Amino acid sequence: MAQTTLPAAAAGAEARRKPAWRNTNRLTPYLFLILPIALYSMWVIGPMLYSVWMGFTNSDGISQQDFIGLDNYQRLVKDDIFWTSFYNNVRWLIAFITVPIAAGLSLALMLNNDLPGTRFFKAGFFSPMVLSSVVIGVIWTWMYQPYGLINELLAKLGREGMPIGFLADPNLVTWSIIGAALWRQTGYVMLLYLAGLKNVDQTLVEASLVDGASRWRAFKDIVLPMLQPVTVIIVVISIIDALRSFDLVNIMTRGGPFNQSNVLAQMMYIEAFNNYNMGYGAAIATILALISIVFIFVYLRRMLRDELEY
Amino acid sequence: MATTEISVDRSDYVKRRDWRPFRIGIYYVFVIPLLLIWLVPIFMTLLTSVRSLDDITLNGPFSWPTSIELQNFSDAWTQGGLSHYMRNSFIVTIPALVICLSLASLGAFALARFRFKGNLFIYFTFVGGSLLPFQILMLPVYRLSNTLHLYDTYWALIVFHGAFQIGFCTFVLRNFIRTIPGEIFDAARIDGASEFRIYRQHVLPLTLPAIAALATLEFTWIFNDYLWALILVQRDKLKPVTTGLASLRGEYIQAYNIQFAGTLIAVIPTIVLFIFLQRYFIQGLTMGSGK
Repeated sequence: MAQTTLPAAAAGAEARRKPAWRNTNRLTPYLFLILPIALYSMWVIGPMLYSVWMGFTNSDGISQQDFIGLDNYQRLVKDDIFWTSFYNNVRWLIAFITVPIAAGLSLALMLNNDLPGTRFFKAGFFSPMVLSSVVIGVIWTWMYQPYGLINELLAKLGREGMPIGFLADPNLVTWSIIGAALWRQTGYVMLLYLAGLKNVDQTLVEASLVDGASRWRAFKDIVLPMLQPVTVIIVVISIIDALRSFDLVNIMTRGGPFNQSNVLAQMMYIEAFNNYNMGYGAAIATILALISIVFIFVYLRRMLRDELEY
Repeated sequence: MATTEISVDRSDYVKRRDWRPFRIGIYYVFVIPLLLIWLVPIFMTLLTSVRSLDDITLNGPFSWPTSIELQNFSDAWTQGGLSHYMRNSFIVTIPALVICLSLASLGAFALARFRFKGNLFIYFTFVGGSLLPFQILMLPVYRLSNTLHLYDTYWALIVFHGAFQIGFCTFVLRNFIRTIPGEIFDAARIDGASEFRIYRQHVLPLTLPAIAALATLEFTWIFNDYLWALILVQRDKLKPVTTGLASLRGEYIQAYNIQFAGTLIAVIPTIVLFIFLQRYFIQGLTMGSGK
């Protein structure tokens, strides 16, 4: 990296000697940036701030939008659906930072070789990632039906009695949807770990083995610590993904039965676009965004540290 | 002797020459069934899509199809409306892709190559914005598209995706451009090239691999978008394939064969893209995950 920063600094020094250069240099970056910044501010940053403001109003999207202070938030705290949704988001989060990481890392370790066919296996495990959430939702809804794939399979294996209501049983429904999401997420995490494993110095591993370390110790004390930076990124991305979960819930159950599979994103959508409680919806969105922003900051801080190293 | 024994044992980590046939055997015996189980949902979708409804209700999901009903596909394509849903998806995705990639590449060049006030702040705003939960943008974006009379037209989706994806693309491209050796720029500057010419003649060609990787990934993301299609497009005539498929599902509630035929048609573009441009797709994803 030093290679690239040195000439950049030299160019800066040259610019200091020639005033004409400096003038052009000063404006040029902004000229390049003006269009992307304009569009991004208009459709991303501006809307984000406007949502926060809407959260303090009683907007119904048509006739009124008056400032009502913290009323929406006071209402939220007493709203059972909010807490159910919040709790379900926590379940998504826990599932997302455990299962795909364990399974993805195992797959990555297993597939980190160049035997014939491995490329194809990697693509296979990864392939759910290219399917849209609607497609995954349609397939998994069918698999979870009372006479769908999973129940029929269990019956064939000797299970007796009523079929399991994967999407109807309030205790099961959130986990069922998460199951479908994990099918997709695991391949993604595997891929990130495979990229991470490329940076693990194999000679160190081999040296430790020569020195008589056990296979497990070599993994625990050498490979795992080297994968730590990747793991942090994966955890943060997984948390952000878990908080974003909406599509599968909306497609598979719309949050039902009785809101038992609801998540904050789906609750916000229903409040804002079905019930026209736009102010209230915006408040839910703000809470969701605030939780995410905590983790986005963790991510950005890591990036900043890398930046300052240059 | 002892050392070779041990290094053979570490087969997971070491190169192919160290694999003993026995271990290779175990690897395949384990991985292939695992992969087959992993892909069961996809196989069953394939199988169900060619069956007749009677066959499904009579024999359950696990039997072989009694007949191959390709009729399901043409039903989904014509009556199910998949033909125009598919067209709409392309009409939205391709311009959105052009917008986000071209603007992001301009911005990324500035962020990677110039020192100026606010550089890092702007860069982090792009990255942070791209990680936000969509709900925080939904209501204002919905309103803005109404105000600008874009709501319920292709443009609402094109402009929003084009703008939103600038964040991620800038992130990836900026980091990519930083790896280009500075000498190239200095040489061009000494020759008197304008910054825009440097961008167009030197940076753009060099970033093509990254742009290709991003294009593959972004195509899949925009093509697969469900939420924004739900919010910004109402008319059935304009729906992309994601919300279109959801409507098709409403129409053919118990007809899983038609639903699945539609599903399979809907995944063709992204699957084809993935098969042929897998390398780019994966590069795009891993480039985005930081170093």
